[in-house]
Amino acid sequence: MLLNGIQIDDTFAEAFNMRGTRVIITAQNHKWAYHAANAMTGFATSVIGCGVEAGIEREMTAEETPDGRPGVSILMFAMGSKVLMQQLETRMGQCILTCPTAAAFAGIESEDMISLGKHLRYFGDGFQTSKLIAGKRYWRIPVMDGEFLTEETTGMVRAIGGGNFLILATSQPAALAAAETAIEAMKLLPNVIMPFPGGVVRSGSKVGSKYKTMFASTNDAFCPTLKGVTNSELSPEIESVMEIVIDGLTFDDIALSMKAGIEAICALGTSSGVKRISAGNYGGKLGPHLFKLHDILKGTAA
Amino acid sequence: MSALTFTLKTAPQQSINCSALTPDNLIGKTAAEIGNIKLVSGKHPLLASDIFDISGSDTQQLNFRNATAKLDYIGANMTSGSIAIDGDAGAHLGFGMKNGEIHCKGNTAAFAASGMRGGLLSIDGNTGDFLGAGSEGSRKGMLGGTVIVKGNAGDRAGDQMRRGLILIEGNAGDYCGSRMIAGTIGVLGDLGAYTAFNMHRGTLLLKKQPQLHVTIQDCGAHTLPFLNLLFKSFSKYNTRFSTLNSLRVQRFVGDTAYSGNGEILILST
Repeated sequence: MLLNGIQIDDTFAEAFNMRGTRVIITAQNHKWAYHAANAMTGFATSVIGCGVEAGIEREMTAEETPDGRPGVSILMFAMGSKVLMQQLETRMGQCILTCPTAAAFAGIESEDMISLGKHLRYFGDGFQTSKLIAGKRYWRIPVMDGEFLTEETTGMVRAIGGGNFLILATSQPAALAAAETAIEAMKLLPNVIMPFPGGVVRSGSKVGSKYKTMFASTNDAFCPTLKGVTNSELSPEIESVMEIVIDGLTFDDIALSMKAGIEAICALGTSSGVKRISAGNYGGKLGPHLFKLHDILKGTAA
Repeated sequence: MSALTFTLKTAPQQSINCSALTPDNLIGKTAAEIGNIKLVSGKHPLLASDIFDISGSDTQQLNFRNATAKLDYIGANMTSGSIAIDGDAGAHLGFGMKNGEIHCKGNTAAFAASGMRGGLLSIDGNTGDFLGAGSEGSRKGMLGGTVIVKGNAGDRAGDQMRRGLILIEGNAGDYCGSRMIAGTIGVLGDLGAYTAFNMHRGTLLLKKQPQLHVTIQDCGAHTLPFLNLLFKSFSKYNTRFSTLNSLRVQRFVGDTAYSGNGEILILST
């Protein structure tokens, strides 16, 4: 399949079931809401080493947030509910409680409600106060800048992580510029995050390694400097590959986001240096969700 | 279907317990069955049809007409539907109410919203003592729901209140928020003596600063963002509280005689 001269491989991205939650962070202004949200979603690129994958979903105006202050919404994903709960509490305590003027609210409703400020309240040493307002419980914890306000719980939902596509280009700057273009388009869509630095990952991995202790290692088939010594997937003119990984609340959210990203890149044309779009998978045996690139672009993926 | 209407035939001399006349109790009953419901007045059991002219058929929408302060326990323990009262209501209006709506267009006697757990009780006139307080022998007052009083409230409003919201647009008497355990009481008018006496926790949101006794401590002026949430929750009600928007308050905490952590927030004007 060719899209504006760029080849779309007949392959698929393989994704996994995750647990996800959304938190709304507000503050005195967007600057401090971002400080809080950036800290909370920091070191959260991959569940392999970080426990969770997290990112900023979008900016929110003062009219959209529960407490009428500027805010941002963040999404956080983990492989299981236990890790998600642990990570959410730790990150709330170290990143939101500590951040000047920041407050945290539930961003999603669900039957499974998990602790947001429920245990953090004990930081108040008995001076904490709870308010039940319009059916929701909030905690007010006295801190040195005034009061830290947090909702007691937020919803936990079933989600999907690991949607991805690969950008194959004739140079490293070209691959990265195309990836940035895709990220800009994908950031406009709700319910998804791209958890890697700037939304882009360069160190795609394969399962297994020659070393016994390693479960995953570099994806040599897509490493341009190994073209001559490995069973390469790359044609001679490809000099750099970038990957974009997407976590989202539903299959459709991820499919729409991948479509938006790939279409934005293809709109650049072959003069951008991008020659091919591919995707990462494990042969379709590990993950229950397969995002077939051709189906996604036709809008028939399900 | 028109509202099931109970029009008082003559003003009673003695209190009548109206707790049997709620949407929950009347659902599925015929006009004859409703007329035969026994209501207790002192030691005399009376039939509903002896006391009221009964018309209409919608049991989820009740209307009391020509009501007086002798009609006690209207809407007691109700869980659904609505009750409108043209006139005054007696004691224990909305006693133990769990859901639904009661609208009293006149005044009420004492113990309105006593033991209330949910729903909305609005009173256009004044209400007596012990609004939202625990009834006799109970260790807890109101446990949830919303009460809006357009007029004044008597003494001991919110005594031992455990949860919920009371909004008084007029004045409140002595001992407002006494022994309060949690919840929120707002008062736009004046307050009597000993506000927040033995208050444990909860919030009193006041427009005017009352004379506070010595065990209520001044914690200074503050801008509290949580008030945004509270004000937003007022906006769905027909009350002057929905126009509040200043987050600037003087914060008092007490009652320290009880190691209390209750707060009195005086809104800046």
